Amino acid sequence: MEIFLQQIVNGLAIGSIYALVAIGYTMVYGVMKLINFAHGDLVALAAYVGLTVLMQAFGMHLSNLWAVILMFTVTAMFISLFGIILERLAYRPLRKAPRLSAVVSALGASLAIENGIMLIWGPNIKVFPSNIFPSTRWHISGVVINSTQIAILLLSIILMIALYIFINRTKIGTAIRASAIDQDAAKLMGINVNGIIIAIFALGSFLGSIGGLFIGIYYRELYFQMGWIYGLNAFIAAIIGGIGNIPGAMLGGMLLGIFNVLIAGYVSNTWSEALTFALLIIILIIKPTGILGERVAEKV
Amino acid sequence: METILQITDLEVSYGSVVALKDITFNVKSGEIVVLVGANGAGKTTTLRAISGLVKPKKGEIIFEGKRIDHLHPHKIVRLGISHAPEGRRIFGTLTVYENLMLGAYTQKQIDKNTLEWIYNLFPRLKERSKQLAGTLSGGEQQMLAVGRALMSKPKLLLLDEPSLGLSPALTKIIFDTVKQIRNSGVTILMVEQNAKAALKFANRGYVLEVGKIVLSGTSEELLSSQKVVEAYLGRK
Repeated sequence: MEIFLQQIVNGLAIGSIYALVAIGYTMVYGVMKLINFAHGDLVALAAYVGLTVLMQAFGMHLSNLWAVILMFTVTAMFISLFGIILERLAYRPLRKAPRLSAVVSALGASLAIENGIMLIWGPNIKVFPSNIFPSTRWHISGVVINSTQIAILLLSIILMIALYIFINRTKIGTAIRASAIDQDAAKLMGINVNGIIIAIFALGSFLGSIGGLFIGIYYRELYFQMGWIYGLNAFIAAIIGGIGNIPGAMLGGMLLGIFNVLIAGYVSNTWSEALTFALLIIILIIKPTGILGERVAEKV
Repeated sequence: METILQITDLEVSYGSVVALKDITFNVKSGEIVVLVGANGAGKTTTLRAISGLVKPKKGEIIFEGKRIDHLHPHKIVRLGISHAPEGRRIFGTLTVYENLMLGAYTQKQIDKNTLEWIYNLFPRLKERSKQLAGTLSGGEQQMLAVGRALMSKPKLLLLDEPSLGLSPALTKIIFDTVKQIRNSGVTILMVEQNAKAALKFANRGYVLEVGKIVLSGTSEELLSSQKVVEAYLGRK
């Protein structure tokens, strides 16, 4: 039982990273019906940029806390801007082109970023320092939680609640939801749909950058193709939750994180990916729209 | 009466298919003008060109003396043109209230009077304000589409087939409301398959046939025109 609870705690930490990344996929898909395959690589880029900023900060003899704050702010700002530029260069010119063209462009952007990372930081594994968060651990009835896990969980949950409130309670959030339902109708309301698309790319990239930094802090090893595998997992999480649905991406991420950890703990690490896809297939057979994804039928 | 909307030599095509050709007509302030014609005649395309959803290939659209045919739809809404589109296009997974709020997206804040006015026009919307719009009946969805379009306090309201799929009783309610909206000072340009009923309360009408205007006149003239009666209104 203790081992099981321990796995759940580990799974929630990983799951909240997946959830942060999955939100980026789901928001872009929701409004543009486009799978932004470059999103995972943006997450990887965030980890690399974060590591560089952190090293610079340590070089300037900043305290741990300030270095971490600097790393999060600079990386988040840079990656959000990068997301906006990505949309402008890779997707906007193809807005009216057939769906497949945009997919090819997405794959191209993904490869470009991946190889860009390799050119700048090299093909060898880079390692995050281990002392970013204090090594404090808490023992709660046999379950060990460390400060990194607490930080990841807390910050993820705060960000997700903030996003939920933003999407559901603000005027721009409502405009984002409207644009996801029907772009032409949204334009007729006076909504600048181009502006909305820029906003979701910025927002998705921002959350993805936090996810990327957490990956660096939690797993510590960075390699230039990492965006693909983390991106794939987050993408699966988005589909499991119901792609296009933001709470679905959060739920899907958490479920997938716990699932991965349980498979690794009780079955075997090598089976983790295969069983992840098996889970995806089973969920899609039972509920093709994902767990929370559903369309309200419009009566005529 | 001054001309609020002037359309001159408008031409729109979808790819190589010409949808509208040499369309010239106007709407004067305070009028209800109806576009009549068979399916595919170009009525909906005309409205979509005015609200900016399709870009004209040629011609001019002038609203209150300002050329608008090159503007994005969201800018056109701000000038005072609101479009309740074909098929209602309400946001089904948002609540009725959220739909109305989106109608007021261009406003700095929600005008309570406008909202009250719309709730008075359509009391059903007030009763169902917390319900998801997709769960409304067809007639209620139409009310929502019109109410939502009014939330931006338009000077010109474009209505596309407001009676489509509605029972005669509901159609009458919608038409009565259209008259009330006009009486409150909003100019209306509408497309309506129920041409006879619409012409009865409209000021003027234009008849479109395969992308061209073939006939125009006051409602009385059109209602008494043999050609119109035979082609669009059904013999009586």
